[in-house]
This record gives sequence, structure tokens and C-alpha cells, in this order.
Amino acid sequence: MEITLFHYLVLAAATFCVGMVGVLVRRNAITLFMCIELMLNSVNLTFIAFSKYRVDFDGHIFAFFVMAVAAAEAAVGLALIIHIFRHHRSVNVDEANELRL
Amino acid sequence: MEQIFSNDFHYLGLIVLFPLLGAIINGVFGSKLPKSVVDIIASGAVLLSFFFSILSVNILVQSPDSVLTYTAYQWIYTGSLSLDIAFMLDPLSAMMILIITGVGFLIHLYSTSYMAEDPAKWKYFSYLNLFVFAMLLLVLGKNLLVTFIGWEGVGACSYLLIGFWYTDDEKAAAGQKAFIVNRIGDFAFIVGILLLYSETGTFDYIQIHEMVTGSAAIAIAPVAAPAVILIFIGCTGKSAQFPLYTWLPDAMAGPTPVSALIHAATMVTSGIFLLSRLNGLVSMSHEAMWIIAIVGAITAFFAATMALVNNDIKGVLAYSTVSQLGYMFIGIGVGSFVGAVFHLMTHAFFKACLFLGSGSVIHAMGGEQDIRKMGGLKKWMPVTRMTFLVACVAIAGIPIIGAGFFSKDLILWGALSNVHAAQIEPVAAGGIQVQYLISQALPAITSGSALEIATMAEVISWVVYLLGVVTAFMTAFYMFRLYFLTFEGECRADEETQAHLHESPPAILIALIVLAVLSFIGGWTGWPHVWAPEGAAHYMLAFEHWFDPVFQTTQDYRIANRFGDGYAAWEWGSIIVGSTMAFSGVGLAYLFYRKRPGLPRAVSERLAKVHTALLNKWWVDEIYDFLFVKRAIQAGKASYDFDRFFLDGLLVNGAGFVTASLGKAMRHLQSGDVQRYATYIVLAIVLALMALL
Repeated sequence: MEITLFHYLVLAAATFCVGMVGVLVRRNAITLFMCIELMLNSVNLTFIAFSKYRVDFDGHIFAFFVMAVAAAEAAVGLALIIHIFRHHRSVNVDEANELRL
Repeated sequence: MEQIFSNDFHYLGLIVLFPLLGAIINGVFGSKLPKSVVDIIASGAVLLSFFFSILSVNILVQSPDSVLTYTAYQWIYTGSLSLDIAFMLDPLSAMMILIITGVGFLIHLYSTSYMAEDPAKWKYFSYLNLFVFAMLLLVLGKNLLVTFIGWEGVGACSYLLIGFWYTDDEKAAAGQKAFIVNRIGDFAFIVGILLLYSETGTFDYIQIHEMVTGSAAIAIAPVAAPAVILIFIGCTGKSAQFPLYTWLPDAMAGPTPVSALIHAATMVTSGIFLLSRLNGLVSMSHEAMWIIAIVGAITAFFAATMALVNNDIKGVLAYSTVSQLGYMFIGIGVGSFVGAVFHLMTHAFFKACLFLGSGSVIHAMGGEQDIRKMGGLKKWMPVTRMTFLVACVAIAGIPIIGAGFFSKDLILWGALSNVHAAQIEPVAAGGIQVQYLISQALPAITSGSALEIATMAEVISWVVYLLGVVTAFMTAFYMFRLYFLTFEGECRADEETQAHLHESPPAILIALIVLAVLSFIGGWTGWPHVWAPEGAAHYMLAFEHWFDPVFQTTQDYRIANRFGDGYAAWEWGSIIVGSTMAFSGVGLAYLFYRKRPGLPRAVSERLAKVHTALLNKWWVDEIYDFLFVKRAIQAGKASYDFDRFFLDGLLVNGAGFVTASLGKAMRHLQSGDVQRYATYIVLAIVLALMALL
């Protein structure tokens, strides 16, 4: 069986949904973070799949951009999470609500 | 040289400027200046004005022109409308500025002593100077709008000064009453001015006069009557005529010198001044002249009846003022402009003297105004008593020694000439108003023959004349009642007051004496025609001749001309009737209050109903209260409720309530939980996708 664009897209959609549901339902900051990475990478997969399908390199460029931004985001995000942990002794996002009115 | 000078006569600007400067200096710095400096600034400003008034009038006499003008400022120049702050000095405004600044100065002098104890003296003098400024603007104005500015200005100053002791609610309310009642008249006045403007295209007195006496008269004729009537309504407000006179008796709440200056000598006569200024226009509209004469006669009569029983020394004088103003309007209405203006002048002298005399009495009595508690004051206040007596003689119209005799006679004679005119030539074209009444004013009533018409006009003329005569009698009676009760007989004041009785200080006495002398000789400028021999006519009729340039274009302004050669008999008749009324009025007062003191009580008991009606001033205030004041309060309450329940309740608070409740309902969506927001977003996207796909 040949692996077509359709298969790539279904896989990407599936991982995206896993990541999205994770973001919506989990409370652990690290988990949330990994779920966001999952969503970003499913998008990357979509880009690459389309790039292969259309036989040009635009998708690759986008994927690299997304990876660069994700890396930067990971650095900042992890620093924030560490800070939150130091403050609350926990990484549960429900507790980080001091700015709420 | 002469010509240039007459069109650019700077003195007029100076006359107006000094009181304004005085008002500004005292108004801004007065509270920090010593009282003596305040006195000097205020009185000095008016004295300077008086000095320049005399200079100006002197130049006017020598000048070949009958009008001197000065344009101070070009106010509005647009399209067809050009409007200046411009002044004009003619015989009429010359007399007015001499009265305003001359009597005004005396009253300032008097006030320096009368108001000596008042802590807000600077404010008082600032208002008083401002009043003089506004009044000068009113009389010197070259066009109707400058006059209107002065007209409103004197109204405002009148309000400020009536309510000068504003901590007393009653006095503050009197000020408001004066202001509100005047506004009713002023509204009609401005409408009248604009109506006139719409037809003539100018506000300028000289141009208006040229138009109404020239070929343009026919075009203006249709609006003459409504315009004059509207302006006259304005005059009924300012000059306290029926039905708008009610504010004047209440205006006595102000300091007494204010009553003398504003509510006797100057402001209240501005209606007479204005109608005389517009004499050409007024005499075009004979319907309006009838109305003016009838209103004047009614006012003169009813105000005199109210003065008969009043027990407040200033109240009697207030009703007397209303009544005398009614006289002046009779003069205007019957076409005797000179009579009206003459009475204006003599009235300014004797009424100012009477008011200042009453102020002197009130001061000595420690604020007491009830004449039942006075009596015998001549023992303590000889100078006040003498000046008061001279002024009483003047207003009562005792021949020769009373200035009021000459002016009142001129008016009554004018009223009598109406009767004569109605008798001889009811329908023919002539120029006396009777014919016009027949042809225009009363066509519906007088649809009958010429005879019926003549009878109608004759009856009205007789009524006007007889009301004037009866009023002359009552005037003499109530003035001497006032005099006898105040100065003669036994003193009815309590011991303590008696101990304090004293003659007033010199500043007050000087003002009184000067005014008394003027009341004595002021009438000698205008003797009856029959008394003036051929050679001396120029001097003995000086007053009438002085006004030739102002009134000569008005038809038949000189009453004697109306009768032709036969005037002497009519004038003698008028003089004899008038003098009889004056003497019998004084005699009756003497009988009632000196000879037979029990008589007034007996009479008032016999005529109890009339007496009660008079004491209650015919219940006019109560009727107005019921008809207008109560309704206005009701309307106010209704709009208050509308505002409270509909505007505030339903619209303002309703809108607020809806927004607040919506906010309360929606706030639950805003949990602050980012994940919940993300869920909403995802759900929304899913729903949108489902809808689209």
C-alpha cells in the first residue's frame, strides 16, 4: 500500500487533536507544554506532506521556521514554568491565577 | 467745523463712560477701599457725568442742529444691516440725561449717608452706578437696540437693588418678581422692535422718524399699530402699568434711595421716554393710542384707589408712582407728548423728593414704615417736613406753587381736547385719533351711523378725561393724608422711638432741599397757554418750545392748535376743574385727618366692602397668584415628575439597569481560566466548520 498525502494528513490531524485535547483538559504545565509541541509538530508534518505533494520547498521553509519558533518558545516557556514552580511548589496551572480579578 | 462737531460729539461717550468706570472700580476694588473713597468714586462719577451733561446741553442749545450724535463703536456690519453703538442728544434725551445725572447725583449724595452703616456699601454703589450707566445708554441710544441694551441693563440693576438685602427672603422674592414681570413685557418689546425692523429695515430712531413722517409712511402704516402695541406692552412692564404693575409696590423692599432713583424718577419713566422717542410712529397708529390712553387711565385710577388706604409710607408712594405713570400714558395716548414728558420731569423731582423724605423719616423712626405709628414728626424733623410738604403740594397739583399742576393740567387738557374732537368732527379727516378709531379700531362695534360712532368716541374720551380728573382728586387726598398722618398731630410712636427721633444728617437734607426747590419751580417752565401773554410766551412756554424739534412733525402735537381760536375757554375749563379737584382733595384730607379724626373710621365702616377691597389691593396679587403663579408651580411640578419618572427613571436609569444586568449575566463567561477560553475557541471553530462544510 502506497502512503499518500491523505495518510499524512490523517496522521497530522490525529496528532493535532491529541495535542489540542491535551491542552484543553490537562492541568500540568509540563504536559500542556508537550501538547503544544505536539500540535506544532503535527502542523509541521502537514507542511512537509504538502511540500512533497506539490514538489516544491516552500513547506520545508515553513517547517524550519516553526521549529525555530518552537525552540525559542520552549526556552522561554520552560523558564516560566521553572519560575512558577519555584513560586508555587507546583506546576498546576490552576494555581497560577493571581492576576485574576 | 460745526457740522463735523455735531456728528462726532465725544462728550456723549464721556457721559456714559464715567458711571461705568465708577461701577467697575467700586465693583472690583470696592471691598478693599475705605468707605469714604467708595462714596467719592460713586458720587464723583455721576457728578462728572452731570457736568458733561450740562456742557453738552449747553452746546446743543447753541448749535444750529437739533441733534448731536456720536458713534462710539461699529458693532455689526453685515449685508443690509449696519448697527452701531451710537448716541444721540436731542431735546428729549437732553432733558432725560439732566434728570438722570442731576437727580441721580443727589440720590448718590443722599445714599452716602443713608447707607453709611451697610457693610456692603461698595456693592450698593457699584450697582447704583451701573444703573446710571444703563439708564444713560437707554436714553442716549441712537437706535432701538442700544436702547434695548440699556432697557435690559436697568432691569437687571433694578433686580439687584430691590433684592439688595437678599438675606431677607421676602426682599429677594420681590426682586425676582420685578425681574420676571418685566421679562413678560420685554419679550413683547423685542418682538415689537423686530417687527418694526422687518418693515423699515432700520433700528435707527432718526431714520424711523424720517420714514414715518415722509413718503414711506404708507408702507409702514400696516405694522405701525401692532409694533406700537407690542412696544407699549414692553412699556407696561417697565413703567408699571396695568396689568403688569404689580411688581412696583413690591419693589419698595429695596433701599429707599433706590426707590427714589429707579422706581420713581428714572427707570419707570423709560416707557414714556420710549414712546415719546417714537412719537412719529405712535401717532401713526390711533388704535394703539386709544389703547395707551385707556390703559393709562385705568392704571391711574386703580392705583390711586389703592393708595387711599395704604398704611405703609413707601406703599402709598409706590401706588402713587404707578398712578402718576398712568397719567403720563394718558398724555401719550391723547397725543399730548409734551404733557407726558413734562409730567415725567416734574414727577421725577417731587417723587424723588417724597421718597427721599420718606427715607429720612424711616431712618429717624428706626426702620418703622407704618404711618399709623407716626404723627407729629414736624417737631423733630422740620427740614424733612418742609420739603415733604412742598413735594406734596407739587404732586397734589395746587396751582402755581405746585409743579405737578402745570404738567397734570397739560395732560388733562389734552384729554379734554379728545372730547372736543369727538364732538365737532367725528368722521372728517383731520389728524386727531378719534376718526381713526372709528374707521379702523372699532368697525365691528360701530357698524352703525356716524352719529353712533361719534357717541362711542365721545364716551371713551369722556371716560379717559374723567378718570384723570377723579385721579387728580384722589392724588391730592392721599398725599395729604400721608402728610397729615406723618408730620402733623400727636406722635403715636412709642417712648423709645420718640427718644431716638432726630433730624437727618446734612447729606440727606441737601438732597431734599434741592429737590424741593425743583418741585417748587420746576413747573414754571410750562405755563398754561391762556396765562402766557403774547410777548412772554417764549419764556412762559419754554418747555413746550424746547421740544419743538422732537414733536413738531407729529400732527397736532400742540393741544392749542386742535381747538383753533376757541381754545381759551376749554383750557380755562380744564384749569378750573383740575384746581378744584386739587383743593377739594387737600380739603377732604384736612377734614378727615385733622378736623374730624373719627370720620375715616366711620366712612370705612359705612363702605366696609370697598374698604376691604382697597386694603387688599383689589386682590390683584391673589388673582395673579391663582391664575399664573400656581399654574407655573404646577407646570414645574409636572415637569419635575416627568423628569424624575420618565427621563431619569425610564431612560437614564433604565439604560443603566439593562447594561448592568447584562454585564452581570455575562460575567460568568469570563472565568479568567485560559483553558476554558481555549475550549470556547475550539468549540466555536468546530461549530463554524460544521456550518461551512
